[in-house]
Amino acid sequence: MNMIDQYEDKLPKSIIAKLRENIPKGTSDSKIKQILENTVKEYNEARVEAGECVGVISAESIGEPGTQMTLNTFHFAGVAEMNVTMGLPRIIEILDGRENLQTPMMEIYLKKPYSEGKNIRDLALSIKETTLKEIAFEFLLNMAQGVIEIKLNSEKMKELGITDVFLSKAISSQIKGYSTRTTKDSLILMSKGKEESLNEIYRNKEKIKDMYIKGVKGISQVLPVKRLDEYIIITAGSNLVEILQLPEVDKERTITNNIFEIANVLGVEAARQAIINEVFKVIESQGLNVDMRHIMLVADIICSSGLVKGITRYGVVSEKSSVLARASFETPIKHIINAALVGEVDYLNSVVENVMLNQPIPAGTGLPNLVTKVKK
Amino acid sequence: MTKKKINIQHHILIPKHIKLSEKEKETLLDKYNITLQQLPKILKNDSAIQNLDVKPEDVIKIIRKSPTAGESIFYRVVTNV
Repeated sequence: MNMIDQYEDKLPKSIIAKLRENIPKGTSDSKIKQILENTVKEYNEARVEAGECVGVISAESIGEPGTQMTLNTFHFAGVAEMNVTMGLPRIIEILDGRENLQTPMMEIYLKKPYSEGKNIRDLALSIKETTLKEIAFEFLLNMAQGVIEIKLNSEKMKELGITDVFLSKAISSQIKGYSTRTTKDSLILMSKGKEESLNEIYRNKEKIKDMYIKGVKGISQVLPVKRLDEYIIITAGSNLVEILQLPEVDKERTITNNIFEIANVLGVEAARQAIINEVFKVIESQGLNVDMRHIMLVADIICSSGLVKGITRYGVVSEKSSVLARASFETPIKHIINAALVGEVDYLNSVVENVMLNQPIPAGTGLPNLVTKVKK
Repeated sequence: MTKKKINIQHHILIPKHIKLSEKEKETLLDKYNITLQQLPKILKNDSAIQNLDVKPEDVIKIIRKSPTAGESIFYRVVTNV
């Protein structure tokens, strides 16, 4: 079996592992060598040739099954009452590199003992963002005195573990110019100093309705679920930075479906992996069959500049050095005029511009050039 | 986004990042006959390389887990923003 070790730099790890598994014990060394030589030969023949237009192949391979995809934006992903963008809209969302998703989502894994279901409901509730209007029955305005009275739902407050003191502190830190006072099951905000106009009081009332009180900002819905042997929390809305700081959360497996957030918090490489996972998840859920390698290529392109750049005229395409290549994608006139203004030079190093000029393209058999040695 | 210190090195999405020495860098560029600018980039303030003590023009070797090849190796050059 030592023979196989010598081939570690000639064959990928997965093939080596398969060979190790499948060559029966007691095979003679010469036979193993023959097997290995043949494997290397087959492997090299199966590889993509240098200069092959892999991008075009990827585009066709993802595009064609894409036409079969449902246009359904919403679909119930098996979990009760939680919408998830799926199908074509989701693919477009990922590949365009959009920062604001239609349905941001997180899967929060927990450390033991929480993953076994301990206090799972309370924990989930404590993560959810609570705004003032959720714990209030009604908001009353006293125009004459410039007073806003908030009737509180004390039952709900108890459930969420919010005390009067905590509440008035949270509110007074976020709104200036009001003094807070608590009475039995209501909170009174009184305007300090000068009399405010009716409009302003009304505007403040609307503002405090959406005031953040407790929980993690951005998490609008929580749902504890049992997946395999452990309990996890699925959320609508996403805030990876904050969630990862909670002590109960498993920092190694918790993920979000927002690629940008992943790039910010975990780096480009993590974002690349997330793109692959997310796109593949959609394609799989639609019952389509696209080779992983095509998606990997797309993810590599999106992440090649160190940032997540969508495949749009503002993202990847704007990085191209050739004017003609950029102009051939979208908004040609803008690009040509700008290039003319600054006197841009096109070195015709890539494919599109050479197609336009009816020249051999630097791909496939057009890639190699003749080089002669000049005699001195 | 406010950046607070979180240790994220062991997250499942993050593959292993290794900084190449100057010598390894040379051999890499020689092997593929390329310049540094032709490598894919990684930002200097990328979260995954914060504890590697990197400066611009360093090359980072990334060992990814790949469903097709088992393990695949990728290189990125560190750039300023």
